[in-house]
Amino acid sequence: MNLEKVVFGFFILLAATLNFGFFIGDIARPELHHVYELFAAIVVNLIATTLKFGDRTQIGAIHLATSLVADLQLIAAAITWGVAVHVMQVGMTPEITASVVSLSGGALFANVVSVILLIAETLMMRR
Amino acid sequence: MRIVNDSLLFLVLRRMRIPLIVMILIYAISIFGLVLIPGIDAAGQPTAPMSFFDAFYFISYTATTIGFGEIPNAFSYGQRFWVTVCIYLTVIGWTYAILSILALLKDEGLHSALARTRFHRKVKNLSEPFCIICGLGETGGLISKTLDQVQMRFVVLDTRAEPLQELELGDYQADIPALHADAQIPGTLLLAGLKHPHCKAVLAVTNSDEANLAIAMTVRLLNPSIPIIARAEHAATAANLNSFGTNFVVDPYALYARRLGLAMRSPACYQLVECLTRVPGSPIPEPHQPPFGKWIICGYGHFGRAIVNHLDSMGLHDNIHIIDPRPTSPDDHLSIVSAGTDANPLIDAGIKDAVGLVAASDNDINNLSIAITARELNPDLFIVMRQSSSGNSALFEAFDANLTMVTTQTVAHACLSYLTTPMLSRFIREVEKQSSDWAESVLANLLPICSGRVPYVWTTRINRVKTPSLTQKMLQPEHHVPLSVLMTSNRNRTQSLKVQPLMLERAGQITLCPDASMALQTGDKIIWAGSREAWSEQKLTTHYTNALDYVLTGQVSSGSWLGKYLHS
Repeated sequence: MNLEKVVFGFFILLAATLNFGFFIGDIARPELHHVYELFAAIVVNLIATTLKFGDRTQIGAIHLATSLVADLQLIAAAITWGVAVHVMQVGMTPEITASVVSLSGGALFANVVSVILLIAETLMMRR
Repeated sequence: MRIVNDSLLFLVLRRMRIPLIVMILIYAISIFGLVLIPGIDAAGQPTAPMSFFDAFYFISYTATTIGFGEIPNAFSYGQRFWVTVCIYLTVIGWTYAILSILALLKDEGLHSALARTRFHRKVKNLSEPFCIICGLGETGGLISKTLDQVQMRFVVLDTRAEPLQELELGDYQADIPALHADAQIPGTLLLAGLKHPHCKAVLAVTNSDEANLAIAMTVRLLNPSIPIIARAEHAATAANLNSFGTNFVVDPYALYARRLGLAMRSPACYQLVECLTRVPGSPIPEPHQPPFGKWIICGYGHFGRAIVNHLDSMGLHDNIHIIDPRPTSPDDHLSIVSAGTDANPLIDAGIKDAVGLVAASDNDINNLSIAITARELNPDLFIVMRQSSSGNSALFEAFDANLTMVTTQTVAHACLSYLTTPMLSRFIREVEKQSSDWAESVLANLLPICSGRVPYVWTTRINRVKTPSLTQKMLQPEHHVPLSVLMTSNRNRTQSLKVQPLMLERAGQITLCPDASMALQTGDKIIWAGSREAWSEQKLTTHYTNALDYVLTGQVSSGSWLGKYLHS
């Protein structure tokens, strides 16, 4: 067992699960999507991205690309949230909530691809 | 090859992983703490904690030590406690990240990756023909200096760092791409432009026969169209190199033995050949005449064997005495087992009535010792010495043997004449057949134009690309263009240039020292010797119609192609 592999798998899965936790629930109801969950998802996604740096293989490149997509989507969601609350001061209306959650939904898709890649890579390894 | 650039980026990213993760964690912990701790308003009443955005904003300017005191309300004690922790955490985090970057900059791996990237870029941007020199020892150094002088571009590979640093400091006209890498690895040769469209030749001139063999093999397999010039000290290596079609194998010992034989037969032929193969600008070599008679060969190694073989072929078999420390079987020659550094074995070998001695061992100091002893015993001896290391030059100069064979120089001269004038080897073969009188007449014409320095030697090919104006003139039927055109100054046609035609090749047939009145034809190849200025002036005549017209007719025609077209 390789500790580096454990950490790598752990963060990729955690990024996907936290993302899923934020995403799940009625898309327009702000009380079902907590800001802490979004924060945790962003932090773990960033760590997962950093862990993927420096792998020159083809599969490593796709891994990095999916993570970057997820980061971009989640940060866009966070900015939308911040702008709505602080700049426009409209608060979390159903429309704003829906756009934040759908952005995180895109990130979730990228994270799922990442998990699939991880599983595929594991299965391809010869015993 | 993009791999090189990518690997640099990936290397940096990989090394920065842990510092980046540490920074992300520190930011996350700091922001999360601020989001949990309640604040206080002006009236002293507790308020809600900061929002994520406020916390991120606050940490961003605090962590970078910008200290932008902009948040309106004073902090509660809870917030102050936490911010104290945050300040120390983030300062430690940044310090760690910056130190990691600094360590990365000093990293050996990164440096070599950077050097490779730079080297690759320089090679890729070469837009003139170039050759690859593998090994920058004494031979490689001499070759690169001379190639730079005749304005040929080259790329250098060496496994040692010192000669490459010297190359950087050296006085070179061109910017020379150089890499500290092992040329035996195929990737290195590819990086050096083995498949570059302008790559013209590869020189394997390292000190090791094994490495030269590996380089030649790589070139033959990866780019068979490129000529290989390889140095081989052992006959077995030379045979191996020849077996897979190496274009030019330089065996310095056999080459030198052949030269020595030529000098014995005809000193003038020897002087002519030496004069054309040495580095241009060095002093003209002296004529030497090694005498016929009894020869003593000290050291029956590669060099000794090559000399003995050659002397045998000149009919001196019974006049050779071999002295060698190892009990060898020197092909039924008279031999004595000894190092030859003391007087007794030399006297036993008959030094008193010998005419020549070759100090051929591979140890410079032993060679000097042999030569000094021998000269004391018989001051009239003709002494030929082998010098392996250029570090001992001062000693060899002080002794002043009749001939000194410096291995590295012999290899360099052979490589250079092959690279700069490939036809010269054919000319030299012809010279070896000629009489002394002939060589003396050539020298009598050549020596006045070189003013005591070895002349430049070059080849002119008469064709549409290399000599456009000349070829155009020859297409007009009434024009007869004699060779003398290329020997006349285009500034004043009553003066002749300091050049001498050595050989003309036409459809496989050669003419030695062609006459100046000979008419030129398309496809002719001419070898010249002369001064550098004459070379560039000759080039102008062959390229520029107005200069050619002046040389041919004496009329100064001017104007461009467009001007003439409009005028007519």
